[in-house]
Amino acid sequence: MLRPNLRDDFPLLTRTVRNGKPLVYLDSGATAQKPRAVIDAEREFYELHNGAVARGAHLLAEEATDLFEGARGDVARLVGADHGEIVWAENATAALNLVAGGIGNASAGIGGEESARFRIGPGDEICVTETEHHANLVPWQQLAVRTGATLRWIPVDDDGRLILDDLDTLVNDRTRVLAFTHVSNLTGLISPVSTLVARAKQVGALTVLDGCQSVPHLPVDVKALDVDFMAFSAHKMLGPTGIGALYGRKELLDALPPAVFGGGAVTIVTMEKTSWHEAPMRFEAGTQPVAQAVGMGAAARYLMDIGMDAVEAHEREIAAILRGGAAELPGVRLLGPVGDEHARDVVAIAAVAVDGVHPHDVGQVLDDRGIAVRVGHHCAQPLHRRFGITGSTRASAHVYTTPDDARAFVDALATVPAFFGVNA
Amino acid sequence: MSSLEQMYQQVIMDHAREGHGRGLADLNLVQVGESHQVNTTCGDEIRLRVGLDGDRIESVSWEGQGCSISQASVSVLHDLVEGEDIAEAEAAMEAFRDLMQARGEELGDERDDLLGDATAFVGVGKYPARIKCAMLGWAAFKDAMIQARKDQS
Ligand SMILES: Cc1ncc(COP(=O)(O)O)c(C=O)c1O
Repeated sequence: MLRPNLRDDFPLLTRTVRNGKPLVYLDSGATAQKPRAVIDAEREFYELHNGAVARGAHLLAEEATDLFEGARGDVARLVGADHGEIVWAENATAALNLVAGGIGNASAGIGGEESARFRIGPGDEICVTETEHHANLVPWQQLAVRTGATLRWIPVDDDGRLILDDLDTLVNDRTRVLAFTHVSNLTGLISPVSTLVARAKQVGALTVLDGCQSVPHLPVDVKALDVDFMAFSAHKMLGPTGIGALYGRKELLDALPPAVFGGGAVTIVTMEKTSWHEAPMRFEAGTQPVAQAVGMGAAARYLMDIGMDAVEAHEREIAAILRGGAAELPGVRLLGPVGDEHARDVVAIAAVAVDGVHPHDVGQVLDDRGIAVRVGHHCAQPLHRRFGITGSTRASAHVYTTPDDARAFVDALATVPAFFGVNA
Repeated sequence: MSSLEQMYQQVIMDHAREGHGRGLADLNLVQVGESHQVNTTCGDEIRLRVGLDGDRIESVSWEGQGCSISQASVSVLHDLVEGEDIAEAEAAMEAFRDLMQARGEELGDERDDLLGDATAFVGVGKYPARIKCAMLGWAAFKDAMIQARKDQS
């Protein structure tokens, strides 16, 4: 059970929308609202501690550095990593590109012998899945183009579950990277991480997990999951925009060449060549988004104070109302698994297609009632295509989502077919 | 009338259902132009073809799928510009663009006459996210006209 007054921590949730209607915010999967603790952390950083991190010889620089590195420690703790295994990145997209770009640079010979283990080329394979958000598909697709490696993918069934029958063929001795999402941003399905990681380890492939939709909603422990890399964004876990993180096993991070080059990341620079710091500094060239990092640390602490088990339990309750309610409406197709026996694999996301009504039109009717949802393809075009549609309407929750919010979504959705004169 | 009802007026619902000009026409004209446009936020697509006969827009036809606003908008566009002179179509295009920028207010000048059924889209201007939907067919028309005027085959 969450604190009953928890919603009071989120100033934005008290505002009204569209002629004084209370806000029903069900778009946390796109970006979450921020608790006062996060907003205050950023403001206090600017009001009291702002200074250049790891550069100045003055008190403010020391305080700023402490806060910046302290935040790194908080984020590491949230996901069970060590301090030096968390690299700041602008968002999950940038974090994933950091890995793909680093492998691409290694393949071009950058980083010398130290990075030789990352080199890939013609004859090698990269494997992804059909459920991926474009952020965890396009960088791998383009890495394949750049290196001559082959991209393969694990398909999904009509419920959106990964089909693992051919896993041993799709992930084979030539596979160098297996990149997959922890939780689908469309179906809410939790991927079978242990099966996939076990197979990757058998063939010596690196594993890259997209934790965007899992870290904010479930207990996640990178050591227990045993993945090599994991990317996630602050703004989906109650933190600020402009910051995210990459977890990487330290020995891998210390060998992977950077994808962005510049000052602060290097030890010795001559006119001809450069040697890099160890991780995480080698990846943090240029002035970092310090206040945002401090905000992300505050978000991690806020979630740990609630307890990720409690967050998950709350969201399962919301998922049952959202998904259970939507599944029963005539003329509405719930994407992903339907039915109680599957509930354990799903977080609080409900994406629907309404027969004969375009997602934009569905979203408009909901918006008129003050209900904020996402419409469109949610950066998952291949999965929509697999489901035979071009877009959907998605409700997604977070700690502040109430059962009434979830019911408001279902009730409003029920009115949609009639509004557009479609016979359900 | 609520904002929602103002947006989804009966004229719009009717056009969305009827889709005037739907189905690409085979054209035996000298000047033909075609354009394919995509709304990247939702993946909606339209392919629109125009055929010119001198200064006259002889044919406007299209295929594609999208929300009721985008479908109704291209249907209205078809009715407004097919059979008209290029100059009139351009004036209508400009008036429609202005209507979209008017934040839900009518243009309130003689240009309302130019717009015919398209005045029903006034409510869309209140929702910046939907202006793109309403403009999709018009953007395709504008581009197809450019192509057609280049075409001398
Ligand atoms: C599963 C998944 N991966 C990646 C991303 C990209 O996150 P960001 O835009 O913060 O980089 C998102 C967010 O839309 C997501 O849901």
